[in-house]
Amino acid sequence: MTRVALYRVLVILAAVLLLELLCAIGVIDRITMQPPHLILRDLGRILISGKQNAAILKTMTNASIAFSLALLVGIATAAVLHGYRALRETLDPLFATYYAIPVFAFYPLLIVLFGLGDAPQIGIGFMLGVVAVIVNTLNGLDRVPRVLRKAALIERLGAAEVALKVALPYAAPYVLTGAKFAVAYTLIGIIGAEFIMSRGGMGYEISFAYNNFDNATMYPLIVLILAVSISINTALSWWEKRLLARRGL
Amino acid sequence: MSQASAHVSLRGVTKTFPSAAGGELHALGPVDLDLRRGEFLAVVGPSGCGKSTLLELIAGLSPPTAGTIEFEGRRIAGDIPDGIGVVFQEDACFPWLSVEANVAFGLRKSAIEPAAKTKRVREVIELMGLTDFAKSYPAQLSGGMRQRVCIARTLVKEPRLILLDEPFGALDQQTRLLMGDEVLKLWRQTGATVFLITHALDEAAMLADRIAVMSARPGRLIDAVETNWPRERDSRIVERPEFGVITARLWKSLREESLKTIGRAK
Ligand SMILES: Nc1ncnc2c1ncn2[C@@H]1O[C@H](COP(=O)(O)OP(=O)(O)OP(=O)(O)O)[C@@H](O)[C@H]1O
Ligand SMILES: [Mg+2]
Repeated sequence: MTRVALYRVLVILAAVLLLELLCAIGVIDRITMQPPHLILRDLGRILISGKQNAAILKTMTNASIAFSLALLVGIATAAVLHGYRALRETLDPLFATYYAIPVFAFYPLLIVLFGLGDAPQIGIGFMLGVVAVIVNTLNGLDRVPRVLRKAALIERLGAAEVALKVALPYAAPYVLTGAKFAVAYTLIGIIGAEFIMSRGGMGYEISFAYNNFDNATMYPLIVLILAVSISINTALSWWEKRLLARRGL
Repeated sequence: MSQASAHVSLRGVTKTFPSAAGGELHALGPVDLDLRRGEFLAVVGPSGCGKSTLLELIAGLSPPTAGTIEFEGRRIAGDIPDGIGVVFQEDACFPWLSVEANVAFGLRKSAIEPAAKTKRVREVIELMGLTDFAKSYPAQLSGGMRQRVCIARTLVKEPRLILLDEPFGALDQQTRLLMGDEVLKLWRQTGATVFLITHALDEAAMLADRIAVMSARPGRLIDAVETNWPRERDSRIVERPEFGVITARLWKSLREESLKTIGRAK
């Protein structure tokens, strides 16, 4: 382990220990928060008992669907937009201000459109994630050196092949950057949606536990969401680094 | 020579680009030029005179503004004909592919079976002296090695017309001479027609059957020098007295044009 990595672990450990201490001496009371070791114990209990499995499964399934859609639609949209300059310039202001729009404000509208099932939640997750993929993929496509496109044309590749075999592979590290944002954003969208208006899912369970002062459920679920999001993010970062290292970057 | 019998034939070829100021930038022409089948033609000219533009027109990468280009009797109008290989002036390696995969990319559209493909890729990699780096990625290679990867990717297709845009620009003088020998050998073996752009007059004089000299922009052909070298030749011809005569003539044609390019015309 490098020295920096060691420092990072030490910082995290120190923060956890500090929480532990604040809980132990009563600065943080039990109604506000459990000490970290109890949160972990409760998380273990929840996972073993399986009583939250339905909620976890629902949230993770919806998040996966929203993320996959955001990724596929995002990449495809970027590839098409990159070829149509006028269209892209028209949409640029939308992308630039997109994350200033509170998507949740549209939640009632989505319910009207898609009903009360999982669809509006997936819709919000997708809407939050997709633009990060589009913007980052476009950024990558803009960087493809012209000579590489020419080299592909000389090998008699058609427009679609140039996009799939040259432009997108070149842009892959940038697409991954977008994917990392999309993981976080879709989770925010899905869980936020479950919070406001849903009869199930981790967001719903967290808010239900909160309303019932059930810290033994609330904090472990929060920790679980953090763990999932951070693990996926780390895996994507690792992949991204590998691709960049291959290019000497 | 009649237009029909030439391997490549250009008539009145002109190219203008929209300029940044909103007007037009006359980059090239009009150019009339015929390449004989199997000929080795070198093109020299001052920087920015339109050499790369000319190459891209012949390759079919962009259409001429005026004039016609024919390859093997068929008109090229912005579509890429089969049988042409290009080595670009800039580094055109695909950075996400290994050397091997980069070279194999040249055979994407060829009908030969996978085993034969692998063999041919390996042979060309060896020919370019890259065997130890077959599994490496372009970022791990030097500039000259990357250029060799691009040459390999072109040669593996066995094109009938090879267009080279300053392919040895990133190489040192010794390696450049030796690569020149390799190109001559390949040219003899394959019988391909070669169109080589270079800024090195000695390289043009050593490699080519004929050297076309271009004016400052807009590039026109202002001189054509036949070297009359035997087909069997290598870099040792630089020792011959005719070599000095040829380079001297090239420089005489180019000096004035080069001065114009750097803004010192009288
Ligand atoms: N795609 C383009 N759009 C606009 N102008 C261009 C384009 N390509 C080339 N030009 C212009 O055409 C002229 C000739 O360019 P070209 O690249 O053919 O020169 P060159 O002879 O290859 O120069 P060098 O020896 O430096 O490589 C230049 O003035 C250049 O700015
Ligand atoms: Mg050039």
